[in-house]
Amino acid sequence: MRTRTTGVLAVGCSLLVLTGCGAADMTEQASPFANAQGAKTVTLSVQSWVGAQANVAVAQYLLEHELGYRVDTVQVDEVPAWDALSQGRVDAILEDWGHPEQQQRYVEDKKTIVDGGGLGVTGHIGWFVPTYFAKQHPDVTNWKNLNKYADRLRTAESGGKGQLLDGSPSYVTNDKALVKNLDLDYQVVFAGSEAAQITQMRQFAKEKKPFLTYWYAPQWLFEKVPMTEVKLPAYKEGCDVDPEAVACAYPHTPLRKYLNSDFAKSRGGAAAFLKKFKWTTEDQNEVSLLIADRKLSPEEAAKKWVRSHERTWRPWLTS
Amino acid sequence: MATATATASAPRTVLPGFLGFLRNRAAGKLVVLAVAAAVLVPLADARWASGSWPHALTVDLTEPLGRASTWIIDNRDSHPLFLYFFGHVSNAVVLAVRAVYLVLLAAGWAGVTAAAALVAWRVAGVRLALGTAAAVLTCGLLGMWVPTMQTLALMAVAVLASVALGALLGLAAGLSDRTYRALRPVLDTMQVLPAFAYLLPVVLVFGIGVPAAVLATVVYAAPPMARLTALGLRGADAGVMEAVESLGTTARQRLFTARLPLARKELLLGLNQSIMMALSMAVIASVIGAGGLGDRVYQALASVDVGAALSAGIPIVLLAVVLDRVTGAAGEGHEKADPRWSGWSGWVYAAVAAVAVAVAARLAGRLDWPESWIVNIAEPVNRAVDWMTDHLYSGVPYVGGTADWAAHFTTGVLNPVRDGLQWLPWWAVLLTVAALAWLIGTWRTALTAVLAMAAIGVLGVWQPSLDTLSQVLAAVAVTLVLGFGTAVAAARSERCERLLRPVLDVFQTMPQFVYLIPVVALFGVGRAPAVAAAVVYALPAVVRITTQGLRNVDPAAMESSRSMGATGWQQLRQVQLPLARPALLLAVNQGVVLVLAVVIIGGLVGGGALGYDVVFGLAQGDLATGLVAGGAIVCLGLMLDRVTQPTQRRTRTGA
Repeated sequence: MRTRTTGVLAVGCSLLVLTGCGAADMTEQASPFANAQGAKTVTLSVQSWVGAQANVAVAQYLLEHELGYRVDTVQVDEVPAWDALSQGRVDAILEDWGHPEQQQRYVEDKKTIVDGGGLGVTGHIGWFVPTYFAKQHPDVTNWKNLNKYADRLRTAESGGKGQLLDGSPSYVTNDKALVKNLDLDYQVVFAGSEAAQITQMRQFAKEKKPFLTYWYAPQWLFEKVPMTEVKLPAYKEGCDVDPEAVACAYPHTPLRKYLNSDFAKSRGGAAAFLKKFKWTTEDQNEVSLLIADRKLSPEEAAKKWVRSHERTWRPWLTS
Repeated sequence: MATATATASAPRTVLPGFLGFLRNRAAGKLVVLAVAAAVLVPLADARWASGSWPHALTVDLTEPLGRASTWIIDNRDSHPLFLYFFGHVSNAVVLAVRAVYLVLLAAGWAGVTAAAALVAWRVAGVRLALGTAAAVLTCGLLGMWVPTMQTLALMAVAVLASVALGALLGLAAGLSDRTYRALRPVLDTMQVLPAFAYLLPVVLVFGIGVPAAVLATVVYAAPPMARLTALGLRGADAGVMEAVESLGTTARQRLFTARLPLARKELLLGLNQSIMMALSMAVIASVIGAGGLGDRVYQALASVDVGAALSAGIPIVLLAVVLDRVTGAAGEGHEKADPRWSGWSGWVYAAVAAVAVAVAARLAGRLDWPESWIVNIAEPVNRAVDWMTDHLYSGVPYVGGTADWAAHFTTGVLNPVRDGLQWLPWWAVLLTVAALAWLIGTWRTALTAVLAMAAIGVLGVWQPSLDTLSQVLAAVAVTLVLGFGTAVAAARSERCERLLRPVLDVFQTMPQFVYLIPVVALFGVGRAPAVAAAVVYALPAVVRITTQGLRNVDPAAMESSRSMGATGWQQLRQVQLPLARPALLLAVNQGVVLVLAVVIIGGLVGGGALGYDVVFGLAQGDLATGLVAGGAIVCLGLMLDRVTQPTQRRTRTGA
């Protein structure tokens, strides 16, 4: 018994010695890999889609080459990223698609996160069919006619119904409710990750097979697989409040940036730069396409874009 | 073991009697079950209409779990529990990882390579030292030097913590029977619980990043160390212990001078296993922001870039293989024969040499890995993958494409099994589980299995769990067919086994995220690619265990059957396979457990069901969905383990 108590005491003491005495503040922790070579560091969170990678790649390139920061990137899903931002594990989210609950909790109540302004890109979620299919059957682009095509969109996975391909579990989606409330003869099949969804869509496109998918713009894949949006009942403010009763299209969302509030206050140069960072959908797609289709590393893609768009990014640097 | 050797020495006389006895007992058990069912089923049926699990018997955890998660988020910055305990743990982890990382960075690539090679040389000889140096340099060549160092720093701290915790638990369990009994279920749960399921609670408490990643890794990697430490201490030779005791030593002296040295082999095997488990978590931990190689793999997945994922996956495989071989060699007690290098002096020379190399490189200004030495393998790999999927996906003459196979597999195997399981009334499922578990084990195993299955119903995830179960069953079936076939070939020819070994190593250690995209590209989105990914992961263990089992069959039995004129096929079917039965059962068991471990990865390629729910829970910060699905996976694992576990493992209580 005595040895055990000594052991516990020893562990406790060494913890205290390691970390200093008294209260420990977990909100003050950065990554152990940050700042490792004595440089000024910024940690950016990257979400799993390529557009988010493009934002981060360009921001990282400019921070490193123009402002002399060292940038660490961490891949995190959207909701955990808010949490990490609040704790200061990451300094910024550059592309947020709207998380009212998190916004209320962290921006309004706790004030650990501040709004970093708009990204300049407007996001839109919808249902899409490949354009080659829409050209053959123009009426497929209205949801009222979807049931007619259900058996052409059937797969092994969707049972006897048509397949509506959905993506990553981290995305905002009402598709299950939509299918039910619009009385559609479809089965929502979750690809489980964007990578799986894109791979599947490209395989379909290679064979010119029809498919129906949940997808979003801006997205580089449109350049490789042209797609046409299927018209859903029009979006009206508040029609998607009750997740069970949704029967309308998704809204158009101006994407926003968010910064950790301490970061926004203290490290002037980087925070000011990230607040000013604002570009267009075309700019983002250009970089995304370089990364995802031409398989350049994010850094090379950013370098390419930065070289040819100095007029766009120069103003972000002036403080 | 006793039954196995008895049947092996005299198969003809013992076996029929033994089997007859078994059959009678089996019949008896089935009769008892049938009687119990006849009484209970009508009652249950009348009370809760049959079919799917009755809603009246479920417990909804959404509300309390949601409250718990809100409480943690609101109190994380102020409650003493966090300020004075978790906060310090978290800070200690960050500081420790940072310290190791800084040392690695300061040593530079030359210093790290030299140090790794010299350590390998000291414990395992010249050949492994050269291999180690080559492996470390390859990480640099692939352009992964910094991420590799980050992963190494994380691993070092995680393994150290796992070994410390595991050794402490193992010590307690090795010295006291009561602790041993109490610890066993805890260790079981730590290992069966899918890592994804507890990532979320860990993240809630510690936040995204390194501390959460290290702690999640420790939960996963500590149990083997604990088990093997306990095993080593309990297995100490009684004669030696008595002799030491007669010298009038104190308990502490006995522990340090006799018991621990005697257990050296098990302790080193424990270290080896902890390292392997920790490495396998490296990628999964990247989902919660651990950084390093895992993060590179995960980011490559986002841009659907198999080549980039492979560039980061190869260093993980190399680290795993090198660490496995080096610690394995240490466990076998390999010592340098040359007396000049033995003992401490050898280590001192090695340390001096490593420092000298590091300093030289630093003075030469060669600290960072030179950009120009990076070989880009991403592009050729991607071209190869594209070619493969272009030509195999569909329309291959006569055999159809992989997409067609996947569709046939889904409609022909997965759908019927799933629909059949979901169509069965819930009590019929419980009865089947009870019958299977009881036939292979004792009434205790049967009870555990039934309770685990019932718990799934109570958690309210009956339907998705049966969906997952159908995928697991299908994947295990495919794994066993492929695995047994390969193992028979490997057991017959040494050369085949030698060729197979590196392939199996790669299969086993390559992070699953790397092959997700090729699997989807070949089989399309759905449950079929999930099954394929599971098969790839579970196959090596099944092949290894089966090969070993077939090889270990008593040569005398083989010889006598040959002299009686049996053909190779007859020999295999009538002698080798029956005698290797315990190994085959263990292979089935491991197949099931490993397939289940990949269920969550299956959720990322369209496997749906429980795997998707766990991923969803983590992505949306939804504690209830994630934890309940994770709990259901644990229950499925428990049930399947009990239903497939060779009884022999249970009767070996001494271990």
